Amino acid sequence: MSAARRGTHRRTGRTTPVAVSVMAALAIVVFSVPLLALMVRVPWSDIEDVVTSSASRDALALSLLTSVCATVCAAMLGLPLAWVLARTAMPGRSIVRAVCTLSMVMPPVVAGVALLAALGRRGLVGELLDDWFGVRLPFTTPAVVIAQVFVAMPFFVLTVESALRGTDRTVEDAARTLGASPAYVMRRVTLPAVRPAIVAGLVLTWARALGEFGATVTFAGNFPGTTRTLPVATYLALESDVDEALLMAMVLVVVSFIVLVSLRDRWTGALGGAR
Amino acid sequence: MTYRRPRGCRVLRLVGCAALFVTPLVSCGGSDPLVVFAAASLTDALDDVVATAMSPSDDAPTISYAGSSTLAAQIVNGAPADVFISANPTQMDAVVAHADGHGPVTAVATNSLVIAVEAGNPHGITGVDDLAARTDEAGAALLVALADTTVPAGQYAQQALAAAGVALTPVTLEADVRAVLTKVALGEVDAGVVYATDITAAAGTVDAVPLGHPDAESITARYLAVALDGSNERALAFVDALTNADTQVVLSTWGFGAP
Repeated sequence: MSAARRGTHRRTGRTTPVAVSVMAALAIVVFSVPLLALMVRVPWSDIEDVVTSSASRDALALSLLTSVCATVCAAMLGLPLAWVLARTAMPGRSIVRAVCTLSMVMPPVVAGVALLAALGRRGLVGELLDDWFGVRLPFTTPAVVIAQVFVAMPFFVLTVESALRGTDRTVEDAARTLGASPAYVMRRVTLPAVRPAIVAGLVLTWARALGEFGATVTFAGNFPGTTRTLPVATYLALESDVDEALLMAMVLVVVSFIVLVSLRDRWTGALGGAR
Repeated sequence: MTYRRPRGCRVLRLVGCAALFVTPLVSCGGSDPLVVFAAASLTDALDDVVATAMSPSDDAPTISYAGSSTLAAQIVNGAPADVFISANPTQMDAVVAHADGHGPVTAVATNSLVIAVEAGNPHGITGVDDLAARTDEAGAALLVALADTTVPAGQYAQQALAAAGVALTPVTLEADVRAVLTKVALGEVDAGVVYATDITAAAGTVDAVPLGHPDAESITARYLAVALDGSNERALAFVDALTNADTQVVLSTWGFGAP
């Protein structure tokens, strides 16, 4: 019977209980209806004005620049962290993991206040930076990147860590017995095995960084050209001109949508293929 | 063989889910306290007014505080407000344009601008002129925060600076006036332009310095109130009570000026 069933599954794809399909459809509705409603509401005839206005283009450019920088930083710091969390018997590991992911559940505005307390002019570290090097981070573009890294990096760390835990260690052991150094095994065996997770983590991190608002506006402030990202500009426009705000939001949505769809085809498609 | 859950159980669950969605809608239609939408800067003061200056009754109003523009958008989109109190005329205009048969628009208070500085005023700022002229101990220009010009506090601040002939480049244009205050209180900026009432609310952490320029000080925010349905007696009475002597005394203790 079990063989017959498996055959049926393969032929018709009826492996999904009806209830699951219904709930999945509901989930799609939850995502798509507000988006659709937004698209209906947007005064598309004005889109040219908004896209070509220097204010929103500056904000978009700043958003793209900072979110890419933040993603690169998050990968450079997050990959080693994920490795250490997944592969070493570090004491208090679960506490370290919790500390490194808390920024994800913090209200972003609180994350911004925490960053000010640490790196602000009167902050724990910021005061030393100011005294020793004359470096003041708040209200600068690097502050935007720091806020984004702080809030978005956990998405990368958690995704990659769980993938690293799921890898087949015997393959690595085999490579080692064949004389490969630990660094070589990491580079040529382990990391390729978790590549889909790394890509997924990068995408999640970038998306979170691109939409980041609360921590940015609290820690980095808002000034055109240096710290006013597109989400911040959108929020402010909402106060004065709802139509303009909606169009700005659509620019963000469309850019993100294009990137997410093309990434899915190019790379994360491998994720589906591997399973 | 496969186990099937009894059907009744599923139906019950569906009903449960439906009830979750419907309950809040139903409860909205019950006995109705007066719903007041008020500008965020009135938060503590209006609570105080209702508690002390208005006649105690069984129908205490439900007050929702947010930025005037947020409230205006909510009302225009059908939020069930009986009274709207705006911190600026623009948002009031937007609302009354959509409310047929509204009551009279009544001025209820004013709010002046002050310079917020760190407690103790370490840079010795005495007025708006100093914001552009003074430097900190390292010789750098003072860091000044303003509210963004999309919010009334930012518009008033720019008008005040222009009236005083002060040209300065702020380091940040905050999304609301309380965020300006926060930046000053945390010491991230040396000064910010805020409402006088904000200082009352943040007593102790920041000090207020008058703008020190008559033209700049003449710029005030005007608070306007309206009963959205001109036939709603309770709403009309509430708006009326906002201008009586008792209410004005309470408002003045929170830093508001007479209308």
